[in-house]
Amino acid sequence: MTVTRSELIERITDAQQGIQVRDVELAVKMLVEHMAQAVTQSERIEIRGFGSFELHYRPPRRARNPKTGEQVALEGKYAVHFKPGKELREKVNEQLAEIR
Amino acid sequence: MGHSLTKLEMAEKLQQDLGFSRKESKDLVDCFFEEIIAALENGEPVKISGFGNFELRDKSSRPGRNPKTGEEFDIEARRVVTFKAGRKLRDRIDAYQR
Repeated sequence: MTVTRSELIERITDAQQGIQVRDVELAVKMLVEHMAQAVTQSERIEIRGFGSFELHYRPPRRARNPKTGEQVALEGKYAVHFKPGKELREKVNEQLAEIR
Repeated sequence: MGHSLTKLEMAEKLQQDLGFSRKESKDLVDCFFEEIIAALENGEPVKISGFGNFELRDKSSRPGRNPKTGEEFDIEARRVVTFKAGRKLRDRIDAYQR
């Protein structure tokens, strides 16, 4: 089951006794906006244990439309690259080991 | 390399702009990432509108080789986290970087 932004807000509210859900909503909105703005402006985000986000440049390339076989020129673009941190990598993997 | 955004700065912004105490701000930022980790650890993908989606992919085991010694071994099956930026963030990056 997928965890959405509103489900995440509920879980944070449950974990943080004494902070109203309305305030957690504002906080999450600001955190997400802060991160989106940083990465948009090519600033790296570094969260220990969780991972890092960085903008990577993908140079222009020629590709082929698989249906028509026609060649198209694709412009260069920026893509967000996420590198999971050690704690996240290990925790996700431990869970798989338990399932097996 | 330049500057990196960290949890400390994110907490400082919550404190300054929303008036949370220093401790509340730190706890909220810590909790935000801890809850995402807990969900992924539990096998649940996480979708954050305005930012992107964290998905889980199971990789099957495959033969590997130590490039230094040439020794062959099996790379174990593992589960990995992938991230895909959402439409809104991708459009925003395109508009800004152009």
